[in-house]
Amino acid sequence: MNTLEQKNRTTLIKLIGGSVLMFGFGFALVPLYDVFCEVTGLNGKVTNTGPYQGKAATNERTISVQLLATNNASMPWAFQPEQPVIKVALGESRHTAYVAFNPTQEHMIGQAVPSVSPSEAAQYLHKVNCFCFERQPLDSLESRKMPLLFVVDPELPDHIRTITLSYTLFDITPRATNASHRYTTDTIGRNTL
Amino acid sequence: MATLSSTDSIAPHHGPARGLSRWLFTTNHKDIGTLYLWFSFLMLLTGGCMALMIRAELFQPGLQLIEPNFFNQMTTMHGLIMVFGAVMPAFVGLANWMLPIMIGAPDMALPRMNNWSFWILPFAFSMLLSTLFMEGGGPNFGWTFYAPLSTTYAPPSVTFFIFAIHMMGISSIMGAINIIATILNLRAPGMTMMKLPLFVWTWLITAFLLIAVMPVLAGVVTMMLMDIHFGTSFFNAAGGGDPVLFQHIFWFFGHPEVYIMILPAFGIISEILPTFARKPLFGYASMVYATASIALLSFIVWVHHMFTVGLPLAGELFFMYATMLIAVPTGVKVFNWVATMFHGSMTFETPMLFAIAFVVLFTIGGFSGLMLAIAPADFQYHDTYFVVAHFHYVLVPGAVFAIIAGVYYWLPKWTGHYYDEKLGKLHFWCSFIGVNLTFFPMHFIGLAGMPRRIPDYALQFADFNMIASIGAFIFGFSQLIFLTVVIKTIRGGLQAPPAVWDEPKGLEWTIPSPAPYHTFSTPPEIK
Amino acid sequence: MKIKITVIGALLLLASPSQHTFADWQLNMPRGVTDISRSVFDLHMIIFWICVAIGVLVFGVMFWSIFHHRKSRGAKAKHFHENTFVEVIWTLIPFAILIAMAVPATATLIKMYDTSDADVDIQITGYQWKWRYQYLGENIDFFSNLSTPREQIDNSEAKGENYLLEVDNPLVIPAGKKVRFLITSADVIHSWWVPAFAVKKDAIPGFINESWTRVDEPGIYRGQCTELCGKDHGFMPVVVDVRSAEDYNTWLAQVRAEQAAEAAAAQQELGMEALMQRGEVVYNQACAACHQANGEGLPNVFPGLKNSPIVMGDIAAHIDIVLNGKPGTAMQAFGDQLSAVDLAAVITYERNAWSNNRGDKVEPTEIEKLKAANGQ
Repeated sequence: MNTLEQKNRTTLIKLIGGSVLMFGFGFALVPLYDVFCEVTGLNGKVTNTGPYQGKAATNERTISVQLLATNNASMPWAFQPEQPVIKVALGESRHTAYVAFNPTQEHMIGQAVPSVSPSEAAQYLHKVNCFCFERQPLDSLESRKMPLLFVVDPELPDHIRTITLSYTLFDITPRATNASHRYTTDTIGRNTL
Repeated sequence: MATLSSTDSIAPHHGPARGLSRWLFTTNHKDIGTLYLWFSFLMLLTGGCMALMIRAELFQPGLQLIEPNFFNQMTTMHGLIMVFGAVMPAFVGLANWMLPIMIGAPDMALPRMNNWSFWILPFAFSMLLSTLFMEGGGPNFGWTFYAPLSTTYAPPSVTFFIFAIHMMGISSIMGAINIIATILNLRAPGMTMMKLPLFVWTWLITAFLLIAVMPVLAGVVTMMLMDIHFGTSFFNAAGGGDPVLFQHIFWFFGHPEVYIMILPAFGIISEILPTFARKPLFGYASMVYATASIALLSFIVWVHHMFTVGLPLAGELFFMYATMLIAVPTGVKVFNWVATMFHGSMTFETPMLFAIAFVVLFTIGGFSGLMLAIAPADFQYHDTYFVVAHFHYVLVPGAVFAIIAGVYYWLPKWTGHYYDEKLGKLHFWCSFIGVNLTFFPMHFIGLAGMPRRIPDYALQFADFNMIASIGAFIFGFSQLIFLTVVIKTIRGGLQAPPAVWDEPKGLEWTIPSPAPYHTFSTPPEIK
Repeated sequence: MKIKITVIGALLLLASPSQHTFADWQLNMPRGVTDISRSVFDLHMIIFWICVAIGVLVFGVMFWSIFHHRKSRGAKAKHFHENTFVEVIWTLIPFAILIAMAVPATATLIKMYDTSDADVDIQITGYQWKWRYQYLGENIDFFSNLSTPREQIDNSEAKGENYLLEVDNPLVIPAGKKVRFLITSADVIHSWWVPAFAVKKDAIPGFINESWTRVDEPGIYRGQCTELCGKDHGFMPVVVDVRSAEDYNTWLAQVRAEQAAEAAAAQQELGMEALMQRGEVVYNQACAACHQANGEGLPNVFPGLKNSPIVMGDIAAHIDIVLNGKPGTAMQAFGDQLSAVDLAAVITYERNAWSNNRGDKVEPTEIEKLKAANGQ
């Protein structure tokens, strides 16, 4: 009978090990997903950054790049692209900018989150420099021109003739009055005003 | 490890302790099975009341009874309680009662852990229900709790919701470990794997699914917790996270989870149909293989819950094909059941009625599932009442009917008395009519364009909603008949012989009715 | 049983359609008005009939055996329990059917994904609980709110024909043109759905999704948000007004004229009465979802404005919070969402409604000045 107890214990340990492994796997899905997105462009994130080393300008094909700006709901900044649509030759380094203005009485920090559509195009978009790489602090009533330098790879499939590059601006100012990052706690707290 | 010692260290020959301590400290698989079953019935009524509140509000257009925020809490809680509180514990309860007997084992392999895995549940659900009374209300983001509605925009009680989910997860994992250890290690000599009753087989596969995906659920709620309290950005786009990633991880758990709720039901039906058709189950081996392939496929189809999130074409196509493929093994099961009935000698006692209703109505749910698999059509069905109709067809006349059928089937074994057949049939017909009246019209309002999870709706949906609400009340109240039958049977009734039915197959029919407190202390002989 | 059935009958009688004049008994998916929606409808019908055929076959055999092979009719059980040939057949046939089904489904999906060469691009942004439509390159940008009066929802008034499916500003698109939708969200996940176009796409914060349609028939098409997005998820409909190319151009001109008129109005003093009147309308549209029509908010979820220190306090702080929102809360920045006139009106209204009676007001010109100073 002792062997039975041993068998049960081995099974128990193996299965607990299995569950711990699967718990870890849950977390491993996060980087796995990133890798998967990088390979397939699944979530429209551009991962090609830094100096461009792909094919040079060919001037054979031009496409239009639409620049969109969206404010997350609680973000009061004025936020716009300098030009909403630009014609870009494939392989050409293109410089453009977004303009942001902080109309509030506070110092605030913004973070722009980029997204590309169609997501297939993300792999062919190369961002040499982008304001979305960094947080953007703005003083009260300060405005700034935020640069964006990008290249569209000439290998871009023929059926893509428009690329939409969208930035959503989030307010990520740490709230000193509120230790937790919970937005709702703050909402609740406001009731006592 | 002393606390996790196996059966043999527990004195095998004494009766149950008396009073409350019998239930608090019990390590007896039958007691724990009973606890699970009563708990799940209580949760069925709780979740059912919430469903009735939802249906009452939807009886007519306009806001009448509850305000939208509370409505959202009701839909969320109804889903969570029914999935984690009613259906899953009911199957674990049936497994506890029947698995050891079916394989000729004296008890579960890890009886003390068994006690813990049950007693965690009441705490988990008390915590979950208590959120309803907290500041800002309970979880109101749907049972699928998509970020950021469940993180950045959630009520403060979300933390308690997360802990409740953790506790349920631990309970399920412990239950699953116990079941696997029991099936792998405690089978009576001669009980080879391919002789296992199908209920045992389906539960073995389910238990592996549980171990594979419950930790992933624990992982995803842990990430939520970290996003909410520790400033991480797993799902928060502002910090470089991705709300869609939440859905991927959730459904990586969620799709196997729906099979966790249906595979044991397949097992129960595969026990009941042969008994009342007086004919062996058709295609035992293919049933086992079909169950296993359904379980394996369940890991590569999760994205069909997210066809509208904006995936690349190739992704949509892959998950569409994989999902359609599931229809094949599921079809095999249904064909086998029908072939089991074919040329049988059938009688129609209550368990058989529920089992036949299961086969028909589950298959209808399967058909709508196949329709949902077609990605372009899914754009029209997604998040409408068509989906609500679909998953209620597989879960209510599917899983719940199978559980009820199992209870009627084994009740004489548990209590030693036959249940009142007339009342049982009344219960069946009321449930059958109620269920179809509730959920069938939902197909129509879904196709006509009514989104799910809305507290008020446009006028063209009014009539079918009213019918659905009436059906829901009929179905809900007919479960009181069930309660009456069960209590009556426990109190007395016609004495049941060991075999109970007409020459049923299986070890459970070789022991006396009611099953003695300890069974198979010496392993039975398997022919 | 009898009693139960009588009860159902009675209830059904009570629920007879006469109560809801507009209710109908539509059973199926609408066929829609675009190529795509018709392809989707066809797919839906094919797979439906396949299911019906299989169902009739399987249930037919089952009920036939239930009828004939019952013990009470003296049926004796035959003891066969496997047949490899049959089992292989009923694995292969469904497989073949599925492959046949996958072909048209794939073709339709590929068509749906072709968003290239659109004539009109519109950005759709989901907010709790309204939609924002921005016509790219047209300088047209507006919000679309539910316009069903609160009284209808609370059952104190008869419900209108398009109850919960009507908005103040519908999305207007030209017929016969390829319109591309760029869909995103400013807070939680929403989903933009118009059944008649078979377009449903999730609006996800921080991400952009694409979809497209080409509608041949001018008309008004209605849909709803289909992803649970919080309290008023059921109250953010989508209304698309498809107009002929000519009417669409007229509409563009009209919007431009209105924009000019609005700008002119912002230069005038309106006075208390006009501000209060307009303020109530704006408040019920933009603010009442959270702060409630009675100004009392929702305890512990949304603060009330009646006697609130902000509303009762310094007017500059009040204007600031309405224009710029309250970071970290559900209070959005309305500076962009509402015109100067609407902002002035709603702030004035909040300060004087529900016995707040502060007695002060703010004029559109002042808001305009503030906005100009802020570079908005």
